[in-house]
Amino acid sequence: MVHFNYWVVIVLIMTGLYVVMAQTNLVKKVLGLNIFQVAVFILYISVGKLAGGTAPILAAGFDRYANPLPHVLILTAIVVGVATTALALALVIRIDKAYGTIDEMEIEELDKEQE
Amino acid sequence: MSGSVAADLLAQLAAIQVILPLLAAPVCVLTGRGGRAWAVALVVSWCAFLTAWGLLSQVLDQGVIRYELGGWAAPWGIEYRIDEINSFVLLIVSGVSSLALIFARTSVAREVPEEKRSLFYCAWMLCLTGLLGITITGDAFNVFVFLEISSLSTYVLVSLGSHRRALVSAFRYLVLGTVGATFILIGVGLLYAMTGTLNMVDLAERIPPVSQTRTVYAAFAFLAVGIGLKMALFPFHAWLPGAYAEAPSAVTAFIAGASTKVAVYVLLRFYFTVFGASFAFGELRFELFLMPLALICILIMSLIAVYQNDIKRTLAYSSLAQIGYMVLGISLVSVAGLTGGIVHLFNHALMKSALFMSLGCVFYRVGSISLASLEGLGRRMPWTLGAFVVGALSLVGVPMTVGFVSKWYLIFAAIDRGWWPLAVFVVLTSLIALAYVWRVVEVAYFRTAREGSAQAEAVEAPVLMLVPLWMLVAASVYFGLDTSLTVGVAERAAETLLGSGR
Amino acid sequence: MQHHVVLRIVCKLLIPLILLFALYVQFHGDYGPGGGFQAGVIFGAGFILYGIVFGLRSVQTVAPPPVVVMVSCAGVLLYALVGVAGPMMGGNYLDYSVLLDDPVAGQHLGIILIELGVGLTVASTMTALFYAFAERR
Repeated sequence: MVHFNYWVVIVLIMTGLYVVMAQTNLVKKVLGLNIFQVAVFILYISVGKLAGGTAPILAAGFDRYANPLPHVLILTAIVVGVATTALALALVIRIDKAYGTIDEMEIEELDKEQE
Repeated sequence: MSGSVAADLLAQLAAIQVILPLLAAPVCVLTGRGGRAWAVALVVSWCAFLTAWGLLSQVLDQGVIRYELGGWAAPWGIEYRIDEINSFVLLIVSGVSSLALIFARTSVAREVPEEKRSLFYCAWMLCLTGLLGITITGDAFNVFVFLEISSLSTYVLVSLGSHRRALVSAFRYLVLGTVGATFILIGVGLLYAMTGTLNMVDLAERIPPVSQTRTVYAAFAFLAVGIGLKMALFPFHAWLPGAYAEAPSAVTAFIAGASTKVAVYVLLRFYFTVFGASFAFGELRFELFLMPLALICILIMSLIAVYQNDIKRTLAYSSLAQIGYMVLGISLVSVAGLTGGIVHLFNHALMKSALFMSLGCVFYRVGSISLASLEGLGRRMPWTLGAFVVGALSLVGVPMTVGFVSKWYLIFAAIDRGWWPLAVFVVLTSLIALAYVWRVVEVAYFRTAREGSAQAEAVEAPVLMLVPLWMLVAASVYFGLDTSLTVGVAERAAETLLGSGR
Repeated sequence: MQHHVVLRIVCKLLIPLILLFALYVQFHGDYGPGGGFQAGVIFGAGFILYGIVFGLRSVQTVAPPPVVVMVSCAGVLLYALVGVAGPMMGGNYLDYSVLLDDPVAGQHLGIILIELGVGLTVASTMTALFYAFAERR
């Protein structure tokens, strides 16, 4: 199992995407989206790991350093993820106020009724 | 002294292009009032347009401009790299934003409540920052960051539409947009894992030795799906009709002209510059993936457009079909085909923004834009509907309009490769476009409004909305007659893109 | 308010420490692990904890919503203007080396100011998000 990290990532990505597609509850969709995004964060971070490497801070007795760049990139991506989640939840709240439900099917029916 | 200041300013143009809208976003919020925020946004957007103009002329004179942010040399630092293609897209994006902002003043005053207006213009500026940033940057990860800046602000702008359906559309767009952006993130990550660099030029040099690995193939596929979602290529298009139809009118005019165009640019950049034309098209035959999707996209979306009752939705489906034309041009992988695709980027931005603006005018006066609400408006709002007719003719591809120029190049490119059926297909699908715009023209000019309905009382739209509308219409006729600028730049861009892969 | 005595006492003890730790992470960020993002989130967490335990009204008297929005704008402006100082003094955008005569000192000054801008924006945005969700009835 040299590449077990990729298997973890693939399982998580599939779980996330499945939840996004299969759930009709909007909050659960947001949850699925989060699982999906976190899986990609893990992909980056696990790729950045160097066996026997340490954090890239110069110190006596260490000569193998892990590349810090993937972590920095993912820090940015995490911030983006937080912003996306916050915006998505804010939209769900507004939808709940406007429709009185957060179930996709019921929302569609309400829209049809109005027409 | 003043000479050196001007020279300094010219050297900083690339940074100014992105920083100015970024600075304007918090200023818009701090002004606190819709009117003042609008003024700030308008001035900044026009400055961005002038900057883009300056960059384009600089590129045409002296070739590629490189700008190292923070003085960190590429490939370690982030580099802005501007050549013909992205300076052209910068011009399109900032131009559409500037005109749509003139239009926004009156239209937003009706559709968005006052307490939200300063935040509305803040989101607009952030969206502009993001779109310009995606276009200007030479760093693959930076593309993702700017993509998310522009997407998040677009979700906000869409959700401010006047009907509650806007919220659901924004949510749907958010889910699909995030999935698309994350796919792009995966693709970039896999490329980074293989090459250890994020700079696009550097990537282009380091991919060939490792191009026969499964990781690069996977990155190729992830990027294709992610970018496909962002530019709403069939079958990834589900978010677009709702988002365009429910957003406030000014926002629709802006994003219809700018955001999917930028996604098409990202496609060009990744597959021609980063992967290289000879690898992406020569070896992996990427065109065999793009062309069928483009053809299905054009045919099905044009047909769906005919059966829509909401005219904004008709135009949204038509936008999807037009993206099909752009991708078709790209998938021909020849200078003529690419020129057609790139010119169509510009031309479609002009005509679709004009069409959505004229619908915005109708909505402003009548309060709805179903087919029935257009009855008899041809006489009551002659300028608005006149602009619609010119835009519609351009959409069909009638000579002397911009639509004709891009179709001409597409047909020419198809014949050039000996694919006659493709040329016939382009002509026939243009006739479907005639069918869906004719319905509007018929209702507006040959029917009279019922007594007492809103459209029977309607008067011509305010001047501030008509001015940007007719500027776009005039441009779409002018560039239909004088193609030296658009086709000239597009041809040079196409040559650069095809050359960079060899 | 007689309930949750333990919670309230522990929070009173913890919140100053949380804020202090945030400041440490903030100003240690130029040559150690840390920086504006992390510090901002920790600082925001202090406010949010206060809001959860003592009520929305108490935290909003400390940090009124309009002020929070202004601070987040100020943070972005600080970031962008420090960047603009680079071209003003003959470098590129976000080039800190030209800020002072000594490039190394310039880099220190630049990154501290930039991280301060980031920290202000993140902390106030986190608080604003909490307000947006907590104010809902």
